Amino acid sequence: MSTAVAEEVKEEVKKEPLFSKKNKKLITDPLDDSNPITVQVLGICSALAITVQVKQAVVMSLSVLVVLIGSTFITSVLRNMIPSRVRIIVQLVIVAAMVILVDQVLKAFVYDVSKQLSVFVGLIITNCIIMGRIEAFSLANKPWPSFLDAVGNAAGYGLILIVVAFFRELLGSGKLWGFQLIPQSFYDFGYANNGLMILPPMALIVVGVYIWVQRSKNTKLIEA
Amino acid sequence: MDINSNKYTFIFSTVMVVVVGSLLAIAAVGLKPFQSENVKREKMQNILSSVGITVTAEEAGDKFNQYITDQIIINGNGEVKETDLKAFDVDVLKDYKSGMSNIYSANKDDEAAMRKALMSFGKGGANFPLFVYSGDDGSKKYIVPMVGKGLWGPIWGYVAINSDGNTVAGATFDHKTETPGLGAEIKEGWFSEPFIGKKLFDENGNYVSVSVVKGGAPEDDMHGVDAISGGTITSNGVSEMVYRTLKIYEPYFKSLNNSVAKVEEPEVEIPVSDSLTTDSLVVDTLNNQIN
Repeated sequence: MSTAVAEEVKEEVKKEPLFSKKNKKLITDPLDDSNPITVQVLGICSALAITVQVKQAVVMSLSVLVVLIGSTFITSVLRNMIPSRVRIIVQLVIVAAMVILVDQVLKAFVYDVSKQLSVFVGLIITNCIIMGRIEAFSLANKPWPSFLDAVGNAAGYGLILIVVAFFRELLGSGKLWGFQLIPQSFYDFGYANNGLMILPPMALIVVGVYIWVQRSKNTKLIEA
Repeated sequence: MDINSNKYTFIFSTVMVVVVGSLLAIAAVGLKPFQSENVKREKMQNILSSVGITVTAEEAGDKFNQYITDQIIINGNGEVKETDLKAFDVDVLKDYKSGMSNIYSANKDDEAAMRKALMSFGKGGANFPLFVYSGDDGSKKYIVPMVGKGLWGPIWGYVAINSDGNTVAGATFDHKTETPGLGAEIKEGWFSEPFIGKKLFDENGNYVSVSVVKGGAPEDDMHGVDAISGGTITSNGVSEMVYRTLKIYEPYFKSLNNSVAKVEEPEVEIPVSDSLTTDSLVVDTLNNQIN
C-alpha cells in the first residue's frame, strides 16, 4: 500500500508542472527573442495593412490569437492521426475553417470592425505565423505546450501590431482608439497630422525602428 | 493501423472534409440572420445620414420607420411604378453589376434608347428606388440611392432632394476600395457637405446636375462642388454617377416641380388653392402695415 502511494508521488514529481521553466519560455520567447514579426519576419503584410488604427490592430490580434490557438490545438490533438503525406492540406483545412468561423462571427457581432478589416481576416489563412507554428511546433508537441506556444506567438504578433498602430494613429490622425487626443489648440497653432503615417510605407519604417531599438537592447539578436 | 497507408489517408481526408464542411454550414446558417440584420441597419444608417440624421446601429430600425414615410419605385421612364417590391429591397449595386452598367455605357448619348433599354431590363424593367423622408417640421425630402464606378471598384451614395425637386438637401457617399487619403475622401463630410443647396436644374429648367469641379468650384456655382486633388478619377466617378442616376429620376422631379409651379401661376380653370389665398392675404396685410 505504502509503496503504491510513494510511486504515485514519484510519478507526480516526474510530471512536468504546467508552468515549468520550459513552458514559460514558450510564452515569453516570441515576445522578444524570437518575435514572429521583428525577428522571424513573418506576417509582415498584415502588419503593414491594418496598423492605421489601434482598434483594428487589437481586433486583428485577437482574431489571430483565436485562429492560432484553435488550429494549433486541433493539430496537436490529431498529431498522431494525421497522415504525413497530406499534413499540409490537413493543416490548411483546419486553419481555413477556423478563419471562416472567426470571419462569420465578426460579421455577425462586430460588423463595423469586420468591415474595416475587410479582406485581412480572410488573409489570416495566408499568415505565415500560423502555418509556421503548426508545422514547426504543434505537429510534434502535446496540446498544452502547443497552446502556450500559440498564445506566445499571437501575443508577440499582437504586441508589434499594437505598438505600430499606436504611433501611426497618434501621429497620423492625432487619435487613439478613435478618440481625438491631440487638442484642437495644437492644430490652431499650426500642428498638422502626418499624412504619410497613414500610408503603408510608414508601417514598414515604424517596424524598422522597432527592430533597431530591440536589437540595440537585446544584443543576442545581432548577427555577426 | 498504419497511418501512412493509402486507405487510411483516404478515409481520414473524407471524414475531415465532411466534418469541416458541416461545421461551416451550420455556422453560416446560424449566423446569417445576425449578419443580414447588420447589413440592413447599415443601409438604414446611410439613408438617414444623407438627410443629416446620424443614428447608431441599434436605433437605426426605429428611426428609419419614423422618418422614411414612403418608399416609391420609379421605372426607366422616370414614372412611378406600381409594384409589390419595396424600395428598400432593391439592390442597386447588384442591378448595376448585373448589366445595367452596360446599358449606361452603350447609350451614353442617347437618352431615349437608354430609357427604352432600362424599361426592358431584367424582369419587368429596371427598378429605381426612392425614399420619401418626412421631417418633424413636415418638410419632405426625396432620397435617391446611386451606384457608380470609382478608380478601383464600385462607389455608391445617397443624394437627398428637397420637395421642390431641384435643390439638393444632402448627400453621402461611400466606396469599396478607393485610395485612402485620396479617392476614399468622398466618404468624408468635407466632400459631401458642399452638395447641400446646389441645384439640379438651371434657370430655364434644363437638367444640369451637380458635378465636381477640378481645381475648386467658384462660390456662386450652383451646380458644382470641389473635386479631390489627387482623386480625379474617383471625383469624376461621383459626377458621372450623380448625373446619370438623377437623369433617370428627372421626369419625376420635374413633376414635383410642376405641381409647385402650377400653384404659383394658376390658370383660369384651376380654382385658387388655399395656400395661394393665405399667401396673398399675408402680402396684403404686409402691404397695409407698410402703408
